[in-house]
Amino acid sequence: MKKFFAQTYLWLLLALLYAPIIIIAVFSFTEAKVLGNWTGFSTKLYTSLFSGGVRHSLLDAIENTFTIALIAAAVSTILGSIAAIGIHNMRGRKRQAITFLNNIPMLNPDIITGISLFLLFVSLGVTQGYMTVVLAHIAFCTPYVVLSVMPRLQQMNPNIYEAALDLGATPFQTLRKVIIPEIRPGMISGFILAFTLSIDDFAVTIFTIGNQGLETLSTFIYADARKGGLTPELRPLSTIIFVTVLLLLIIINVRARRAARKQENI
Amino acid sequence: MVKQNNTIIKIEHLSKSFAEKVVLDDINLDIRRGEFVTLLGPSGCGKTTLLRMIAGFLQPDSGVIIMEGNDISDVPPHRRPLNTVFQRYALFPHLNVYDNIAFGLKLNKVPADEIEKRVRKALKMVSMTYYEDRDVNSLSGGQQQRVAIARAIVNRPKVLLLDEPLAALDLKMRKDMQMELKEMHNTLGITFIYVTHDQEEALTLSDTVVVMSDGKIQQIGSPIDIYNEPVNSFVADFIGESNILNGRMLKDREVEFIGHTFECVDEGFGEDCAVDVVIRPEDIYIIANAENAKFTGTVKSCIFKGVHYEMFVETDKGYEMMIQDYNAFDVGSTVGMFIKPSDIHVMQKERVCNTFEGKMISDTTVEIMGSQFECLPCGAKEGDDVIVRVDFNKVELLDNKEDGIVMGEIEFILYKGNHYHLTVLTDEGEKVYVDTNDIWDKGDFVGISVSSKDLRITKRV
Amino acid sequence: MKFNIFTRRSSWALPYALFLGFFVALPLILIVIFAFTDNQGVFSLQNFVKFVTQPEAVNTFIYSIGIALVTTFLCILLGYPAAYILSNRNLNRSQTTVMLFILPMWINILVRTLATVALFDFAHIPLGEGALIFGMVYNFLPFMIYPIYNTLQKMDHSLIEAAEDLGAKPSTVFWKVTVPLSMPGITSGIMMVFMPTISTFAIAELLTMNNIKLFGTTIQENINNGMWNYGAALSLIMLVIIGITSLFSDSEEQSQNEGGII
Repeated sequence: MKKFFAQTYLWLLLALLYAPIIIIAVFSFTEAKVLGNWTGFSTKLYTSLFSGGVRHSLLDAIENTFTIALIAAAVSTILGSIAAIGIHNMRGRKRQAITFLNNIPMLNPDIITGISLFLLFVSLGVTQGYMTVVLAHIAFCTPYVVLSVMPRLQQMNPNIYEAALDLGATPFQTLRKVIIPEIRPGMISGFILAFTLSIDDFAVTIFTIGNQGLETLSTFIYADARKGGLTPELRPLSTIIFVTVLLLLIIINVRARRAARKQENI
Repeated sequence: MVKQNNTIIKIEHLSKSFAEKVVLDDINLDIRRGEFVTLLGPSGCGKTTLLRMIAGFLQPDSGVIIMEGNDISDVPPHRRPLNTVFQRYALFPHLNVYDNIAFGLKLNKVPADEIEKRVRKALKMVSMTYYEDRDVNSLSGGQQQRVAIARAIVNRPKVLLLDEPLAALDLKMRKDMQMELKEMHNTLGITFIYVTHDQEEALTLSDTVVVMSDGKIQQIGSPIDIYNEPVNSFVADFIGESNILNGRMLKDREVEFIGHTFECVDEGFGEDCAVDVVIRPEDIYIIANAENAKFTGTVKSCIFKGVHYEMFVETDKGYEMMIQDYNAFDVGSTVGMFIKPSDIHVMQKERVCNTFEGKMISDTTVEIMGSQFECLPCGAKEGDDVIVRVDFNKVELLDNKEDGIVMGEIEFILYKGNHYHLTVLTDEGEKVYVDTNDIWDKGDFVGISVSSKDLRITKRV
Repeated sequence: MKFNIFTRRSSWALPYALFLGFFVALPLILIVIFAFTDNQGVFSLQNFVKFVTQPEAVNTFIYSIGIALVTTFLCILLGYPAAYILSNRNLNRSQTTVMLFILPMWINILVRTLATVALFDFAHIPLGEGALIFGMVYNFLPFMIYPIYNTLQKMDHSLIEAAEDLGAKPSTVFWKVTVPLSMPGITSGIMMVFMPTISTFAIAELLTMNNIKLFGTTIQENINNGMWNYGAALSLIMLVIIGITSLFSDSEEQSQNEGGII
């Protein structure tokens, strides 16, 4: 009985959490201007999203979002993995200091991160655009990469590094042949995480994107929504974003569970 | 440097400190070609540090390591012609058994067909044939250690370093592996340097045992030498079971301890000299007939230990002795005992009292161990540098560490038949030696105090 | 130079340390510098004076804190029971349900906000303060559930059994054992809800048809309109508020929780 009430509560809450998204997804398959009117099944909103002349900027925005996310995630993964190896071998004050700095972008509200980077770029007199967005994304993504690589390093037998040197590998060969294969799962999770965070980001992007006409998905949605609330073309777009993130998260979780199961088997 | 043909590794004046703590203190050691050398000592004695320095994972603060006539102190580990077997195996988890063993050979660009031949040979040597495709994570501890050994020897190192390789295995497996290692050493004919804290393992395997403590080498010798002729009470206590007692060398071949005078084989200590006497428990002969015995005692306890019985006997003069014998004697019965002259091991005492360097603060205050002690006027004036001596039994230990003048931690306990001889490490890192009848535990924090009349002060010149 | 592999490997963090210094520490220092200077770069407190003397800004500030408090309170009220049920093996055994609650954390905040707008449109309820609070709760509820769920999950179940064994009623066990032990989760949940609620911008406008402004929006507007020094000062005020809030929460705990989301 108790369980029944508990489960009912959970599912009611979930229904509330997912109802809006489901409503959007359902009404993305009809042409009606006003949400709630069903004028028959149609994929017109989807096709017009990518074909209409006005929609050129959307394709650009999608392209920008993905290339920025790819570059930022790749650089963050390299920078963060190397940093994690370094931090793992640090002791005492220095380690505390760098861990503290590494935590700041994760704890700071996005708006503060955005404004602080905006002030950095204007102080340096840098024209804001693609590069500044990429740099800003690297800045807030790398800490998460460090965080997902560190546990792999901590699990690693500390003698493995020495064993490789002992068998004649140079420090660089050791990195390539022993350490990277060991931390690879953490690097991949970190990469996917950084990629997701970058695609999702709105607050940091809007402060660093400048006024050269560059758009990402977030700023595109924002500009559109500010003009007319939830415009019909935002429905298929939201649905696509939702499904994409859903897929990425399922991949991360399946990976994590498989890794956990493998660990248990050992 | 004259190249000595027989010596493969020569270690000279090697020292190392970690954050002020001296881990290795002026180590000198020659290792002969083909020898099985064991570095033996309690944890923290510096044995692993020494091994890691030979491997190249650590840099000495001073001193050199010479291998076949060349100074290798600055050579990085990957260019040293030696290989290591690690305590926790350190196999590469992402590689299978074959690739783990072939790792070093591939780096050295050995041709593929030769790699295969050598890996198979190494696998055969560690009795792991047919395991080459296995995931290393699926192997048992013993199997993993075999792979680790194969991975090291396949490179044909001139020296094989083994860092407590059997410590993680269970007793049965350890015994088997000990025999295999010994055989492997004979077959390969290369030098083994083996680190362990297990004295039995060291005695079983080695040609030479190096006993270490506190970053210093205490004794180097064959297992038999180390066992039968320990040079000091630390070695005697660490290697096997022993009764360590205070004694006096009355003259050559005559020593007095536990209140009796014994004939012995040692000479050259001079007359009436304080010494330590070591008697192994199996070297005391015990008989039921007390009348014709050298000395007598009462059996306090008797425990069966598998092959022999271990008994504690209180002697007629009140000393407690450990005795091992194949026969059991009833608790409470009176027994007689003998010791053969050649079984009495006499050792020079390292010290007969505590000696501190100090400074007079006033006529009745002296500063030693970083604290001020009251003393009786002794003629030394304020500011004089002095030597202060305190007898072992005059040092008082207090339960509450704040009550003492100096605080310390009990580091080492030696039972001497009728009292305990403690080594106490003060907060300033000085050692105080104490004789006491009170029972303390290793690691206890104590207060140290000395009464003013027990400080014997002489001026330093 | 002597060969030393240890100094070498710890120095691998050096590029990132420099990066952090330049892209994290320096920008934060710039906020402070901008906040305490006028637009000529001369030291001045005028930005703070302006804030205190402008009733509109102060009102927005207080209103935002109010909204954040209401949102946080509602999130605890709705989220705690959910986290409790999710972590209790007798009431819920499904990992998928847990996943479903955590998932929305990873969806673009604009999309989530538009979803609220959609819901209100669908039900023909006009947007306004109600939509604002609903939208905030909707956006940040998962951020409350997750840390509480995490602490409850890690809690040693034998403590509850011990309390029962000592004769405590189920309600006593809940209030005297479970709730106190889940406090770290609640505090980090508060951090993860309160902080983004007062710092969001754009969200309030979308939910109220531009009728209600929150403090985050004020900051954004000032920065956008070139009032960098004033904007920096407002940011600093927000940082102080967040700093005060975070005193109640263990930052170590929080970073662990955030890191654990994956």
